[in-house]
Amino acid sequence: MRELKSGSNLEKVLTAGHFAFTGECGPPKGANVEHLVEKFQFLKGNVDAVNVTDNQTAVVRMASLAASKLMVEEGLEPNFQMVCRDRNRLAIMSDILGAHALGIRNMLCLSGDHQTFGNHPQAKNVHDIDSMQLIALVKKMRDEGKFMNDEDIDVPPKMFIGAACNPFADPYEFRVHRLANKITAGADFIQTQCIFNMDKFRDFMKKAVDMGLAEKCYILAGVTPMKNAGMANFMSKFVPGMDIPDSLIKRLKSVDKKDQSEEGIKFALEQVEEFKEMEGVAGVHMMAIEWEHKVPEIAERAGVLPRPVV
Amino acid sequence: MIVADRKSLQEILAMVEDNKKILISGCKGCVTVCNVGGLKEVEILASSMEIARKKQGNDIEIDINVLERQCDTEYVAGISETVGDYEAVISLACGVGPQFLSEMYKDQTFYPGVNTTFFGGATEHGIWEERCAGCGTCIIHNFGGHCPVARCAKSLLHGPCGGSSNGKCEISKDTECIWDTIVRKKMEEDRLDDLLGIRGLKDWQTARDGGPRRSIREELVKGNI
Repeated sequence: MRELKSGSNLEKVLTAGHFAFTGECGPPKGANVEHLVEKFQFLKGNVDAVNVTDNQTAVVRMASLAASKLMVEEGLEPNFQMVCRDRNRLAIMSDILGAHALGIRNMLCLSGDHQTFGNHPQAKNVHDIDSMQLIALVKKMRDEGKFMNDEDIDVPPKMFIGAACNPFADPYEFRVHRLANKITAGADFIQTQCIFNMDKFRDFMKKAVDMGLAEKCYILAGVTPMKNAGMANFMSKFVPGMDIPDSLIKRLKSVDKKDQSEEGIKFALEQVEEFKEMEGVAGVHMMAIEWEHKVPEIAERAGVLPRPVV
Repeated sequence: MIVADRKSLQEILAMVEDNKKILISGCKGCVTVCNVGGLKEVEILASSMEIARKKQGNDIEIDINVLERQCDTEYVAGISETVGDYEAVISLACGVGPQFLSEMYKDQTFYPGVNTTFFGGATEHGIWEERCAGCGTCIIHNFGGHCPVARCAKSLLHGPCGGSSNGKCEISKDTECIWDTIVRKKMEEDRLDDLLGIRGLKDWQTARDGGPRRSIREELVKGNI
């Protein structure tokens, strides 16, 4: 086995050639540790790492760094999300050092939803650097052991570097090039935005594979099980960069309301089955939004249990 | 030019509610061009205020003038003899105007009558759009002549982000995604390579982040030119 960059479980799972299965958990809108730890239990043992979101949709929540540390304490592996919206380069580098010190070994580098979506739209945003530069920054700190000013770091932070990719945003033709750019910047793994339009994603992955991107980076396909047709409608209309085909909304509507969540899970499971076989896809990132308690069932039915111990 | 928006009549009335005699001073520079602080707007504001105050049974006497440029001490000095005749002055210039006035006439109170918004231009009659953030290090030629610092909601140097949809920004359907424009132009020109690769971190020292800025042109200071 080649030398590990961070030694994280996710890195080991992917490096060993297993089909990765990651989850997601949003920190609470408060300091409710008990509730957060409860949510962790649904994910423990069912996923290889858990994304800890960073003030997602620009709504203030418990710090992703703190929630990630709580996760480490509970024996789960966090994928610490960091957005450039709320931090300048000083805070970014200092939080990365802190994350390493707290035992965090995966990071997902993001620009962050604009604050107009959130609950403090009056806020000043930072955007000192962007997500592409954040990836390069983490890589420099890790591999060169240097800060952005080229000063040496005493014990560099070892992170398995993640980045996001939305194949469904515009202009579509450029998306695969932006993905390539993130890999050039230093992304070790990619988690895509929630996929619903399978035709488009098949085409996107073919392009990525043809460009040799899947050999340079682990690409995890993003899956979100729909709870009902209303959620599909809402996401289609109000969540930026979402591509939800009418056929899916129709499919959810075609069953009784009480059965819509089961239909949503079925669609997600069909997706996972296809991703297992899809060239270039190294795993699935399961974003069961505020539906963590369904993850054990989804993981079981998706046939991804038990998770490999590496 | 510098673009500004009108303040509400209510806000302006509240500023001078205790005053009986004021001056409204416009500017023939940018605010005249963007129809917010030239002679016409000064006259309209004066009439509106007089009517409103009359309705309140609290008449106000308002004089008006329009300076060549309120950002130029030479023209600001032009009102030295009369500025003391008023209880307060409302400036309809950009944010520079009332400051230059305040600096020269320390005993007078100057109120900003407009909200200064951005550096931009009119894209059509009655519509102005931001084009420049004044970051102090211009690199728009790298982006097909478009500025992502000023025009991308996240100032991304590597866009477009995942929220770009049909050429629009995620923050509003009325906001152009400038990265969509940049990418499409590069694709049309078959110069996509220009957008591949990672740019170094931007040096914000030349922007407002480096502290209040000053521009010194030695040859002018020395009086050689």
